Amino acid sequence: MTQLRFLLNDTEVALTEVGASDTLLDHLRIARRLTGTKEGCAEGDCGACTVLAGRMTAEGLIYEPVNACIRLLASCHATHIVTIEHLRGPDGGLHPVQAAMVAHHGSQCGFCTPGIVMALYALWMTSPAADATAIETALQGNICRCTGYEPIIKAALAAHAVGGQLQDALAIEREAVSARLAAMRQGRVTLARGADRALIPADNDDLAQLLLDEPQATLVAGATDVGLWVTKFMRDISPAIFIGHLMKDIRVEDGTLHLGAGVTYAEAAPLIARHIPAAHDYWLRIGGWQVRSMGTIGANIANGSPIGDTPPLLIALGARIVLRRGAERRELPLEEFFLGYGKQDRQPGEFVEEVQIPTRPGARIAAYKVSKRRDSDITSAACGICIETEGETIRSARIAFGGMAATPKRARAAEAALEGQPFAEATFQAAAEALAEDFQPLTDMRASAEYRALVAKNLIRRFWLEQSEPGLPVRLRHDGEIAA
Amino acid sequence: MKDDTTPIRGLAHQDTPHDSAIKHVTGRAEYTDDLPEPAGLIHAYLGLSQCAHGRITAMDFSATLASPGVIGVMTAADIPGVNDISPNGKNDDPILADGLVQFHGQPVFAVIAETRDEARRAAHKAKIAYDPLPHALDPMAAKNAGMGYVTDNLTLRRGDAPAVMTRAPRRIDGRFAIGGQDHFYLEGQIAMAVPGEDEDVILNVSTQHPSEVQHMVAHCLKIPSSAVTVNVRRMGGGFGGKETQMNLFACVAAIAAKRWNRAVKIRPDRDDDMIATGKRHDFVVDYSVGFDDEGRILAVEGDWYARCGFSADLSGPVTDRALFHADNAYFYPDVRISSHPMKTNTVSSTAFRGFGGPQGVIVAERMVEEIAYALGLDPLEVRRRNLYKNGQLTPYHQEVQDQILPQLLDELEASSDYKARRQAVLDWNAKGGVIRKGIALTPVKFGISFTATHFNQAGALIHVYADGSIALNHGGTEMGQGLNTKVAQVVAEAFQCDLKRIKITKTTTEKVPNTSATAASSGTDLNGMAALDAAEQIKERLVEFVAERWQVAPDQVEFVPGHIRAGDHVIPFTEVIRAAYMARIHLSAAGFYKTPKIHWDRATGKGRPFYYYAYGAAVSEVSVDTLTGEYVIDRADVLHDVGRSLNPAIDKGQVEGAFVQGAGWLTCEELWWDKDGRLRTHAPSTYKVPLASDRPRIFNVKLADWSEAAERTIKRSKAVGEPPFMLGISVFEAINMAVASVCGYRQPARLDAPATPERVLMAVERLKA
Repeated sequence: MTQLRFLLNDTEVALTEVGASDTLLDHLRIARRLTGTKEGCAEGDCGACTVLAGRMTAEGLIYEPVNACIRLLASCHATHIVTIEHLRGPDGGLHPVQAAMVAHHGSQCGFCTPGIVMALYALWMTSPAADATAIETALQGNICRCTGYEPIIKAALAAHAVGGQLQDALAIEREAVSARLAAMRQGRVTLARGADRALIPADNDDLAQLLLDEPQATLVAGATDVGLWVTKFMRDISPAIFIGHLMKDIRVEDGTLHLGAGVTYAEAAPLIARHIPAAHDYWLRIGGWQVRSMGTIGANIANGSPIGDTPPLLIALGARIVLRRGAERRELPLEEFFLGYGKQDRQPGEFVEEVQIPTRPGARIAAYKVSKRRDSDITSAACGICIETEGETIRSARIAFGGMAATPKRARAAEAALEGQPFAEATFQAAAEALAEDFQPLTDMRASAEYRALVAKNLIRRFWLEQSEPGLPVRLRHDGEIAA
Repeated sequence: MKDDTTPIRGLAHQDTPHDSAIKHVTGRAEYTDDLPEPAGLIHAYLGLSQCAHGRITAMDFSATLASPGVIGVMTAADIPGVNDISPNGKNDDPILADGLVQFHGQPVFAVIAETRDEARRAAHKAKIAYDPLPHALDPMAAKNAGMGYVTDNLTLRRGDAPAVMTRAPRRIDGRFAIGGQDHFYLEGQIAMAVPGEDEDVILNVSTQHPSEVQHMVAHCLKIPSSAVTVNVRRMGGGFGGKETQMNLFACVAAIAAKRWNRAVKIRPDRDDDMIATGKRHDFVVDYSVGFDDEGRILAVEGDWYARCGFSADLSGPVTDRALFHADNAYFYPDVRISSHPMKTNTVSSTAFRGFGGPQGVIVAERMVEEIAYALGLDPLEVRRRNLYKNGQLTPYHQEVQDQILPQLLDELEASSDYKARRQAVLDWNAKGGVIRKGIALTPVKFGISFTATHFNQAGALIHVYADGSIALNHGGTEMGQGLNTKVAQVVAEAFQCDLKRIKITKTTTEKVPNTSATAASSGTDLNGMAALDAAEQIKERLVEFVAERWQVAPDQVEFVPGHIRAGDHVIPFTEVIRAAYMARIHLSAAGFYKTPKIHWDRATGKGRPFYYYAYGAAVSEVSVDTLTGEYVIDRADVLHDVGRSLNPAIDKGQVEGAFVQGAGWLTCEELWWDKDGRLRTHAPSTYKVPLASDRPRIFNVKLADWSEAAERTIKRSKAVGEPPFMLGISVFEAINMAVASVCGYRQPARLDAPATPERVLMAVERLKA
């Protein structure tokens, strides 16, 4: 097939001239003159461009908020894109979220407002019982510079109190839309505008073949990083293979989560909450909701960034990855994948297919992220810890850090200081001191080398305090409370 | 008639939604980039300097010109008029660098192409060679390098501070570095210029200062202002960042539009927007305070060194205002404070909500804190002991006459349960532990008026059409603050008509000339009065007409809801208007207002620069993680003075938003330049403004509803845009307290701003040592 097909609000779109770098936002604003969706930053951080993307999953049609600015147009194949222009109440007037925003004075300059309304709409639709904390979490990817957020939170609470989800237009049209989307996903799609090519494989095997044919192609999953190569660095990513719809399999086997590389952070979140509860808070600090709805775990690994959010935790848990080339597969402990800055153990034609995460019941697990701002920020230092004890002795220790070296990296000296030692304060003190052998961090705009080194030590200390005296207040609580 | 008392909606002092609220939530509010594009529109994109200071030795545009879609390149040589957009007549602010670049990111050229994407890609293909010169990035480096001032400095003096300082029982000296701030308006800078016949050019732009854009465009094209029309429907946020910073984009668009005779749009990406436009000034302040054993301030001396960037822009009035607010709410019996507007090789710092005031106020609060720690007092006690009493003089010799802080503080202290909560915080911290708490109550007193007296004027234009509909225009611009709504409420009140009857039109230089920037919190004060003046003129004519037509004395004519009463006759408003039109009554009026009583002599440092003061106070409580330096704002209670509010809902929104923005300035928002002078925090991925989860967990905001402006302001309301920004200082002070707890409050934490988690943790380490 040589057509990109998707639903845009109530219109079916079929495009033949599509380049790899075309963004959804430009398509909406320039080609369609749907100007309600705004460009604030073009890097997926401010949320002014938030739209909903509906897609078919194993559980049926779901709608998620995404950043139209870094959502590449080709990735919208067989989705339902819903913009602010499509939002309305059952009577054709304001939607309850919109009405509440007006009633609670939730807009001032109004520029962030359509994006905020769309994020709140997604929450209203999916979590009717959401409280202030859930609303805050839903808005991690939306900046408002005028209101201080208070009236927006109040508006969201009021809209949730109104309810009406079953009468919502998207709920009523669910079956019809599902059928239309299912019909669109047929075979491989090959798109081009001049020399600029975008390829959408039909399935995982098709991807394997395609990548053998085009080993130099850019793999694009959620585009939460590749999108920035396009919008900020104007890099040519052609030919690009779009894989965000692939490798979605999830299975839990012998205490190990087998996640297809295309599983998004949002899709994995309930599994993390259930199987690795100690990492749940951490997981909800990966990007904002829009980024979690687009970004995939496989790509977070394959990207090889030293500040990726998932590798420190996954390495600490002893995760392994499956790499595939054609029909061949090989398995690798995750930490061995990262060879050096910008260099991974991935051969031409090879791709990350699956991530296997042992859940380690019985182990003492922690995941910590330190950043200048709590939410939707890039890590200054991130840390995953997994300790197994036998009686009072530490049997095994796995500690990995992000932001401390050229790759996500295990703290071998710190681990050595723990293993075989008594589970005691002095042991952890020694491990913290040993970090100086493991890491010589850098200074940049996020943090100084001194801070990174100190905070890394303190995270080991925090782990000890949390584990030795559960309930001791050593971490800030973030459950929102709101004054009447 | 019965319905003469039917309640009508949208009068002054009512909670009326923002006039564009429904358009905001439906995406139908039009910003400049949303406007339909004229046929043949082309795009401009700026090329920025890659050198912090240097001579341009060569410019090679061959690759740029060969790039797809490129129409041409413009450099300084292509500017028909004056290559300058300095808002102060100093001629130090080139549109495009002419031979010399003075900061990394300075615009050097513009590419014109068929699409924005083509222009942007082509701009990156230019090759500019530089012969680098030494650069200085921060105020102290600039001082050491002998860079000098970008504009005249100022000293305010009363009494003999040096002499009193030496006699004072106690004295503390300190240095305080205060970071800048990026505006991060959600809508970036944007201008669209449409060429017209003769010399005409029409601009649709996102600016707080249409008249200045008009003058700058006229200046750079060498044409009269009358040929330039500037329109602003609304901005997606301004915060001071669109007071002068739009001039650059408007001029480039206008020059290109005239040269190619096509409509031209220019919109930088977010990175270039943040790199090439000015921010809040950072300061390094050296202060000395002399005080007695009761914590009463006896003398203050201080030097405010500001990072002004390469040109003056608004640095003169900004650094002046830092000094005007260096006392915050406190009487300094003897005082000498000086500004040092340092030239640096950074983007020219500019206006930002508070306009230097916050960098003055926070130093006053730092000194109070120093005194409190030195004496073992609750800082609130020190604050109370030093509050102005009516009749006392400020360092600029204005008499304080409208002090309400004692009452305001009492009320807030009680409503926030400050005393008990402070004790609880002390008790919590006494237990030791990782999480420490802090609480602080800080006041603000903020002077209202442009300190350049001539800016305190405004115009408005009201048309009442024959069908009774009303078009309202004034010189202010709408950037989210609700100015249009509030001014319309004033007019609705005057005519006693429903707000729906009033069409608030875009701001345009065609309707109201010679306007001042919508800045200094003055928008409503000035434009509300001007609009009221216009309304009163029309009302006067209507009263005269009605009295004659219905044969009653003029004092028997009254505007009542939806109607006009003439003795016993109650006539619908529309009927009166129709009749007035038929009787050839002039139903249009231009209104004008100038603020009375104010004067300022900068040479002597004396006068009454401010018409009145706005007051407020906040209590913030924070929890700090002493292992990482992270923190949360557990609770904030605000009591703020807006006089008799024209719209309590909108005013409350301003207070809440300002508080969070002020807290952001002092916490997570950090500007970071590398040694080569590159700003490395130039997008929201690296520059972190507060999110929903950074707002206070409990946020109680109240307006002091008993307050009424002592002066005859519009409906006795007070300005609201800037003053509550400084309430965010209470968060900073609370963090300082939490940090100081690790050394048992033996010394203050003396955090520099912003108190990033890194600064907090490093201070914890320093105090523990």
